[in-house]
Amino acid sequence: MALEKITQVTGRGVFVPGDDIDTDRIIPARFMKCVTFDGLGEFTFADARSATKEEGKTHPLDDTRFAGASILLSGSNFGCGSSREHAPQALYRFGFRAIIAESFAEIFFGNSTTLGMPCVVMTSDDIRALAGIIESDPAALVTIDLLEGKVSAADMDFAASLPDHAKEALVSGRWDAIADLLEGLDDVRARAATLPYMAA
Amino acid sequence: MSQTLLDKVWEAHTVRTLPNGSTQLLIGTHLIHEVTSPQAFGMLRDLGLKVLYPGRTFATVDHIVPTDEREEPFSDSLADDMIKALRKNCAESGVKFFDLPSGQQGIVHIVGPEQGITQPGTTIACGDSHTSTHGAFGAIAFGIGTSQVRDVLATQTMAIRKPKVRRINVNGKLSPGVYAKDVILHIIRQLGVNGGLGYAYEYGGTTFDAFTQEERMTVCNMSIEGGARVGYVNPDETTFAYLKGRPYAPKGAEWDAAVARWKSFASDPDAAYDDIITYNAEDIAPTVTWGINPGQAIFIGENVPLPANVPEKDRATAEEALAHMLLKGGQPIKGTKVDVAFLGSCTNGRLSDLTEVAKHIKGRKVHSGVKAIVVPGSQGVAALAESMGLAAIFKDAGFEWRGAGCSMCLGMNPDKLVGDQLCASSSNRNFKGRQGSPTGRTVLMSPLMVAAAAVTGEISDAREVFEVK
Repeated sequence: MALEKITQVTGRGVFVPGDDIDTDRIIPARFMKCVTFDGLGEFTFADARSATKEEGKTHPLDDTRFAGASILLSGSNFGCGSSREHAPQALYRFGFRAIIAESFAEIFFGNSTTLGMPCVVMTSDDIRALAGIIESDPAALVTIDLLEGKVSAADMDFAASLPDHAKEALVSGRWDAIADLLEGLDDVRARAATLPYMAA
Repeated sequence: MSQTLLDKVWEAHTVRTLPNGSTQLLIGTHLIHEVTSPQAFGMLRDLGLKVLYPGRTFATVDHIVPTDEREEPFSDSLADDMIKALRKNCAESGVKFFDLPSGQQGIVHIVGPEQGITQPGTTIACGDSHTSTHGAFGAIAFGIGTSQVRDVLATQTMAIRKPKVRRINVNGKLSPGVYAKDVILHIIRQLGVNGGLGYAYEYGGTTFDAFTQEERMTVCNMSIEGGARVGYVNPDETTFAYLKGRPYAPKGAEWDAAVARWKSFASDPDAAYDDIITYNAEDIAPTVTWGINPGQAIFIGENVPLPANVPEKDRATAEEALAHMLLKGGQPIKGTKVDVAFLGSCTNGRLSDLTEVAKHIKGRKVHSGVKAIVVPGSQGVAALAESMGLAAIFKDAGFEWRGAGCSMCLGMNPDKLVGDQLCASSSNRNFKGRQGSPTGRTVLMSPLMVAAAAVTGEISDAREVFEVK
C-alpha cells in the first residue's frame, strides 16, 4: 500500500484564533449521527460559524477572502477533548491538508497524521506573524516544509516542528500504519500467545 | 527492578518497533460502540480484511440510544441506522454485542468493568476518549480514533508512542461532601487542560488507597480532560474484590493465578517517574466549573475569576468563557440559576453515585424551575438501583428516571439542552455546545452537588443543602 510521501504542503492559509479548541467545536456531536465520514466537511465548526453569523460578523471559514484555504492556523491545545476522528475527517473534507498550531492534543494529532494531514507546531508569536501575512494578502502561499522544519510565506521563514515519529511517517509515506501493522501479524500472534487473557 | 505499571504492561504487550520508531502494541481488549466503529468496519471491508480476534472485541450501544422511548425503530432514523449497523457488523464478525434487549447494555466504560472484561495488567482501546476510565483497574487504556479502531479490529494492535509517567499523589481524607469528582476537577484545575500532554497519569497516595473501585474510575475517566490520554491506579485488593465473580473474570484456580499475575504488574516501590506531584485531600473542596473547559474550575465558595486576574495566556479564553456562560467575573458562582440537572455519564453514572445522592435526596423535592433527570450508566446499574429502591426515591423527589446511555453528556440522543439553559451536570465536559444546544451552558460538579442544584434551583453547596457533616 504505497502512500504519498508528504514532505511539503503548500496552499493558502486561514487563521481561526483561540486556545483549547475542542473536537466538539470542530464537529458538534449531533453531526456524528452517520455511518460514514462522507459529507462531514460542511459541518466543520458549524456552531461557531452560525454563532458568528448571528453576531453580524463573518467567521474566518466563511470569509470569501480565505475560501479555498488548505492550511489552518490556530492556538494551543488544538483538538482537545473527544477522540472522534470525525474532527480531522471534517477538516480534511473541508479542504485542509495541514494544521499549524502552538500545540495539539494527542489523540487529535494521531488521528490527523493517520489521514496524512500534518500537524505542525509554531510559536504563538510566529503564528500571529503568519496570520498577519495571510490577513494582508489572503492569496499568499504558505509552504510547510516538513524536512527542513520550516514554514514560509511572503519571503518570511518560521521555525516549525513536529515529533520525529510523525515526521518520519509522513515523509516516508507510512502515515497510515495499517500496512506496517499487517506485516507484523506473525509477531502479533506470538505475543498474544504469551498473555493468558488473550486465550480466554 | 524499578518499573512502573506502564513499563511492565508496555513490555508485556510490545509486538515490535515500527520503522518510524513507534511501538506496535498489542491491544488485548477492544471495546466498540455505534458512533466510531461503523466507518472502521467499512474500511475493513474496503481493504478485504477480517476481524483478527473477534473474541477480544466487545460492543455496546450508548451514545445515540434514547433514554425514554427505547423501542425500535427509534424515531431518529439516523440513530436507528447506527444501532442497526453495529448489530450487523457484530453479527457478521462474531463480536459480542451487549445489545439493548440484553439487559447488559450501557455506557461502554461502565459495561466493561461491570462485566469483568476490564482487568489489571491489560491493554484496552476504544474509540472514545474516556477509555482512560479502565485505568482504574491497573490497565493501560487508550482512547483512539476510527482509523485505529480499524487497526485494532484487523491486527489487534496499534501504532503508538510510549508516554512518560507522572505520578499524582493525593494523601489524606476527603472532607464530608467532597468526592472523587472534586479530586479530578481539582487536579485538572491545577495542572491545566493540556498539562498531561505526552504523559500517562499514575494516581496514588492514601486517598486513592482508600477509594472504592468506582471512585477510582471517576478520576481515571477524566484524565483526558487534563490532556493525559492514559490514567491509572495500581491494582490492589479493592480491585480484585470488585472483579471477583463478575461474568468475564477468571474463575476457580485461574482466579488465584490471575490475581498473582495482576499484583506483579503494580509499579515497583522504587519505580522512577518522569514527574511527581502531591496534593492534600484536606485542601480540596466541592469544585464546580465556571467556563468552557474542565480546567476552568473553582471551589463552590470562590468567585468566578476576573479575566484581569488570570494569566495573560489564558485571558482570551476566560473572556470567551464568561461571554458564553453569561457569568460575570468577580461574582460568586453560588446562587447561579439552574435550568437542568443531569445525573449520569461514564464519569458519575454508577451505582455508588446514585446511592450517595439517594441517601441525601430522600424526602426532598426538585425545585419547580428545574428539569432533573437521572440516567443510570448501564442497564445493570438501573436494575440494581430499582431493586434497592433508589429509583423510587429519585422519582418521589421529582427526578425523571431514564434508561441507560450517554444521554445529556453529549446530546447525541434526544436529551439536549434548549437555548441557553444552564445545566448542573455530573458529566465530564463543559465545552461550548456539548450538551446539544450551541448556546447551552454546562457546569460540571459531583453528583451530590447536582442534587443540591436540583433541589434549590441554583448552584449551591451540597454540604449546606443536605447538612453534610
